[in-house]
Amino acid sequence: MANVAQAIRMALHYGEENLGVNDIFGQDVGPPLGGVFTATQGLKTTWNTPLDERGIIGTAMGLALAQSRCVAEIQFCDYIFNTMDLLKIAGNTCWASYGLFPMPMTVMTPVGSGIRGSMYHSHSFDAWATRLPGWKIVMPSNSLDAYGLLISAMKDKNPVLYLKPKALLRIRGDELIPGEPEGEKELKAAIDAPLGDRSKWRPNWPKLTDYSVPIGQGKICKVGTEATVVSYGRTLPLCIQAATELEKNGRSVEVLDMRSLYPYDWQMIKASIQKTRRVLFVNEDTEVTNFAEHLLRRTIEEMFYVVEARPRILAGKHLPGIGLNPILEEASVPQLHDITNEIQELLDETP
Amino acid sequence: MVKSRVLEERLIKIYKSGEGFFWIGGPGQEAFDVPLGLLIKKGQTLDHDWLHLHYRSTPVLTAMGLEMIDGIRLMKNLVTDKHTHGRNFCNHYAVREWNVAPITSPIEVQYSMAIGTAVAQKRHGGEGITIVTGGDAGTAEGDFASCLIWASRPENPLPILILVEDNKWGISTAYLGQHGEKNISDRAKAFGIKSAVVDGNDVEKSWEAISEAMDYVRNERKPYFLQANLSRLYGHSSASGASFIANEEDCLKTFENELIKLNLITKEKIQKIWDNFQAQSLEDLETARKESPPTAESIWDFVYADSENADWRKF
Repeated sequence: MANVAQAIRMALHYGEENLGVNDIFGQDVGPPLGGVFTATQGLKTTWNTPLDERGIIGTAMGLALAQSRCVAEIQFCDYIFNTMDLLKIAGNTCWASYGLFPMPMTVMTPVGSGIRGSMYHSHSFDAWATRLPGWKIVMPSNSLDAYGLLISAMKDKNPVLYLKPKALLRIRGDELIPGEPEGEKELKAAIDAPLGDRSKWRPNWPKLTDYSVPIGQGKICKVGTEATVVSYGRTLPLCIQAATELEKNGRSVEVLDMRSLYPYDWQMIKASIQKTRRVLFVNEDTEVTNFAEHLLRRTIEEMFYVVEARPRILAGKHLPGIGLNPILEEASVPQLHDITNEIQELLDETP
Repeated sequence: MVKSRVLEERLIKIYKSGEGFFWIGGPGQEAFDVPLGLLIKKGQTLDHDWLHLHYRSTPVLTAMGLEMIDGIRLMKNLVTDKHTHGRNFCNHYAVREWNVAPITSPIEVQYSMAIGTAVAQKRHGGEGITIVTGGDAGTAEGDFASCLIWASRPENPLPILILVEDNKWGISTAYLGQHGEKNISDRAKAFGIKSAVVDGNDVEKSWEAISEAMDYVRNERKPYFLQANLSRLYGHSSASGASFIANEEDCLKTFENELIKLNLITKEKIQKIWDNFQAQSLEDLETARKESPPTAESIWDFVYADSENADWRKF
């Protein structure tokens, strides 16, 4: 099975061959490296840019204005902050011109903790991103969704921010991508660049087919009846793990993967909360003005008389950074035991 | 040139009479901007020029064929404003059929976006070029440096005509107190970008300089930097009063006197041109006064392309 980085690479290859993607670019995105996480290795339209995030986003915007499909990368979301006003303009250009200039562009950037990335390789960006009207925001938590969401992003007429949970990039999926060979070794031999001199290496792409995860559509990852846990990205597999652990004690917890942060699948979330009457929102961005607060607002406004326990949010601490020492990192952003404890408390709360 | 000036002065009057909100524009830039507009390869494909203009570029668009009533509709933020549908300030135009990227209020962002259209044009081939322009103060922004760096990458030099219209002011801050370089165009030399400085108050010199620069970019597919020194005749914007500044050169008066001296036109004929455009601007204003504002419901239109729902209340 492909890992998430390989899935992204295969989706980009599909985009080059079938969706008119002309440019995949960013710092170290082109050869010889093919991205610091190898997600752009072996692709034919990749190129390296100057170390200039504003130039990268500006270039993507210019290509989008010319309706030329592109995928731009900011190497780590920790370095996207100096492009905020450009991201804002990318999001308002279609609106400001009353539809004259749609902005079909995809920007991908690795986010979140989990690789001992210290202060400037551990940031999250989902809460910031959801304050950019006009953008669509997606974040996969497994290889198949990584493939399908990126294909949807490359088809979309709007700017799409594709957040890559960096802690999951080497995690293998448990579902085959359409066209992917079944053997891991076979896939690796076909599309992973060799170590050392790569100048003569060319990938042998599998015959990939179209597979889109519609933007705005979430997924029920685990069915349950007693509580709903809504998450995405790095924390999603932890939520499934926590729910599975609690199942051993006879508790039934439903886990939802949002996959799209905006637009988002409220009908899926609402139906689940109406069923379980208890909800916990989990993500790792900082907790003050966190996107989950918006979801919690809707929960209260629309289901105040439905829920049987206080709706909760488990998110990253409101800290200026994530410290390098694992003790600091693990105390800063939700870990498995935090999620398990929070779900347990939610289940135990008596109205 | 007269048409653009009359339009700008009409927009200022609309602001001052309380019929519009904020005014910002480009009176004083006609001698450079009108030749620029006339020399542009106008159209909607990559074979045509791409324009990343700023809010003082009204003379460029007027030369390309913008009608005064469109500027007035934008100023009055009406539903008939075909550039922004009542959403943006005056002189913030957007024209899809002429490759005019939406003009933004943030200074200098157009210089980083210009890289992208130039990348597309370089790959496409042909004669289409990207033209980007802005003021002198904004060249302090990082996006300006981005444009110089990306346009001159040895791996892929880009067909961009980089313009700076230097009026020596950034709102109220004088250029001389903030910039150590003699000419802004000197910065191009560090990147191996061919450059020139022109008197942007002189129509003929501007025409020649723009023609030469455009020929170079079209044929060599490489960047060219042209700095035009020109006037800012009504200050920064309505925020600074929008009143005529008498001690700066008025390129229209200079050009009219030159034409009269050469016996190419009479004073009376010039006056008639002014009168005709004045009458047209009043007629256009009267038409616009009868037109409707946008509806409240329209706020959700085109948040996404094709007006796909973007309102979370409906998710």
